[in-house]
Amino acid sequence: MPALTRWYIKTSLLYLIVALVIGGLLAGRSALGLPSEIGALSPVFFHLFMVGWVSELIFGVVYWMFPKMSRENPRGNAQVAWGTYVALNVGLLLRAVGEPMASLTGSTGWGVALALSAFLQWIAGMAFVVSTWPRVKER
Amino acid sequence: MPRLSRWAIRAALLHLGLGFTLGAMILINKGLGVWPAVWRWLPAHIEFLLMGWTLQLVIGMGFWILPRFDQGQSRGNEPLAWIALGLLNTGVLATALGPVLGGPGWLPIAGRAMEALAGLSFSGHAWRRIKPPGA
Repeated sequence: MPALTRWYIKTSLLYLIVALVIGGLLAGRSALGLPSEIGALSPVFFHLFMVGWVSELIFGVVYWMFPKMSRENPRGNAQVAWGTYVALNVGLLLRAVGEPMASLTGSTGWGVALALSAFLQWIAGMAFVVSTWPRVKER
Repeated sequence: MPRLSRWAIRAALLHLGLGFTLGAMILINKGLGVWPAVWRWLPAHIEFLLMGWTLQLVIGMGFWILPRFDQGQSRGNEPLAWIALGLLNTGVLATALGPVLGGPGWLPIAGRAMEALAGLSFSGHAWRRIKPPGA
């Protein structure tokens, strides 16, 4: 299992734990008497689960198991692959903090952080599509 | 990787690109309030990523890696898997794009029905391949 795959899968497991804790807080906010502001974490819960857990697990396994690009260059450009991992995670973490903060404070700064988060995640998604495409082949 | 898996995984990657693009536009609008109308695309964003990307990738991978048969068609009833792929993609497009492009009200319902039939069709294909080695 290549190093990048190990990073993806271990990171995805951390997101799974955090997402499930947040999901628990959201489900139990009335029973636990938590402040109503905790509802601002709802989109964070969905995205930590779907992007952080599901998609990162997939990205890691695809990088590992898909047919090799060539003998000399088995998994494509390593810098692009690592850049994808970094952009996706910085973008997702920025969202996890920025989305509730923007919602609670209405500050322009957090709004800009959300836009930056969107851009980073989008770049990561496009880089993954482009670098995976040539590996979708017979053998 | 067999031909059906290549088609399914490439289609899944296209849906991933569409879903991420819509998601980025929605999030940019959430932060900066530049395109309020982009909220209409939220259901399409979810549809492309849940059904078009995740489910379709699973179908493509499942067709590729589930146990094969020693005799006859090695991957069993392939037409059922092709039908699933066609129904899923048509269903995702109908469900995601119908409402935002002003399609008739029955279009997303038909889209969901096609997605359900795709699930049924792929399950019909995969069922016999879930078996011990040599069976």
